[in-house]
Amino acid sequence: MLIRVRVNDEWREADAWEGSSLLSFLRDGLQLPGSKNACEQGECGSCSVWLDEELVCSCLVLAAQAHEREVRTVEGLAEGDRLHPVQEAFVEAGAVQCGFCTPGLVVAVTDLLERDPSPDELTVREALSGNLCRCTGYQKIMDAVRSAAERRRAGAW
Amino acid sequence: MEVRSPRTLEEALELRAAHPDSVPIAGGTDLMVQINFDHDRPDVVIDVSRLPELLRWAEEDDTLFLGAGVTYSRILRELPQIRALAEASRSVGSPQIRNRGTVGGNLGTASPAGDALPVLAAHDAEIGLSSAARGERWLAWDAFLLGVKRHALAPDELIMGTRWRPLAGPQSFSKVGTRNAMVIAIANLCFAMDQGSRTVRVALGSVAPTVVRARDAEAFLNAELERAGAWDDLAAPVTPQAVDGFAERVQAAATPIDDVRGTAAYRRHTLGVLARRALAWAVEDRAEEAMVS
Repeated sequence: MLIRVRVNDEWREADAWEGSSLLSFLRDGLQLPGSKNACEQGECGSCSVWLDEELVCSCLVLAAQAHEREVRTVEGLAEGDRLHPVQEAFVEAGAVQCGFCTPGLVVAVTDLLERDPSPDELTVREALSGNLCRCTGYQKIMDAVRSAAERRRAGAW
Repeated sequence: MEVRSPRTLEEALELRAAHPDSVPIAGGTDLMVQINFDHDRPDVVIDVSRLPELLRWAEEDDTLFLGAGVTYSRILRELPQIRALAEASRSVGSPQIRNRGTVGGNLGTASPAGDALPVLAAHDAEIGLSSAARGERWLAWDAFLLGVKRHALAPDELIMGTRWRPLAGPQSFSKVGTRNAMVIAIANLCFAMDQGSRTVRVALGSVAPTVVRARDAEAFLNAELERAGAWDDLAAPVTPQAVDGFAERVQAAATPIDDVRGTAAYRRHTLGVLARRALAWAVEDRAEEAMVS
């Protein structure tokens, strides 16, 4: 079936198998491989995207359900070569090891800070409870969130 | 596999009637896992996530109606006053899952561990079902939930939502699992007091083939509270014997099994702890209310 989605402010369309997840559609249909395919059951958060401005696991959305709707992916965050402030914060804090969880975490952190620029530690942990990282032990990620929150409060985006 | 995306309820019900093997999808948090792992490949999937009738909730004539498509995130934002429901919603999955998962999905999946289900049971909720041929019907929660992943939905019906009369009094939802997030309950419990009917309700999840009410425990505590004059005196204490008797009867209401998440013995132990905590919280809430008034 032909699926048409507005992705990162641009209307795109591609053919997809009817049972395809939004994640597979983004990666294989639209060649947007930033959202990662790991658990395929909503446990790990590495496929996190926004669907109509809501944070979702794209592996749990039927691609057909996103037809004619708005999707924002990790690819939509950087402007050309200029990283998004959350991405910068991750790089500077060393919050990246193998990197597989990073796109999902960057999306989830951006989602949190766009709603709440001054989250306390518990709020951050709650907001990131659907994103697993098996390398870092999360401490550097927490550092990155604090740094990104400062940037957000300073009006970096 | 074929996906149909009806724009109206009428169209959706016609599709259900024409495709008795079809599977409705809303948030997809259960069904997509089945499809992704090739455990289930329905011939026809009907996307009900955009049907306005399922997306609404309303408080009318002393009744709360909660549409099947209302997500857990929306419950947290829009219905925080339904305390046990909000607490149960908060315990579901992660932000990503709560943004998609719905109460209708908990009903449709009919897992004994569905976190909203003890809340529905505690409120004596009815489940609304609709078909093109027979219109709407309402089933009591325990007439709808029949067993592990089994329910009374007819092949041509859709789950419309649930309704109940809100209770006046302290209530809580508690859950035991290996994490605070992204966890399927080893046991969960909803406790509610209702000043109007002068009764307590306690419903248990993940400890029997369906959610169950601990009726003996309720009757026991009702009698104890009556004896203590608790319905007329918010500060009336609950005796340690009453707490023990309540917890034991809650444990006795369960028929738990050993599985990958926990043993039957652990589940039963857990229920005793949850029952005591829930009762203690309710007593605290009442004492606070007594101080205020």
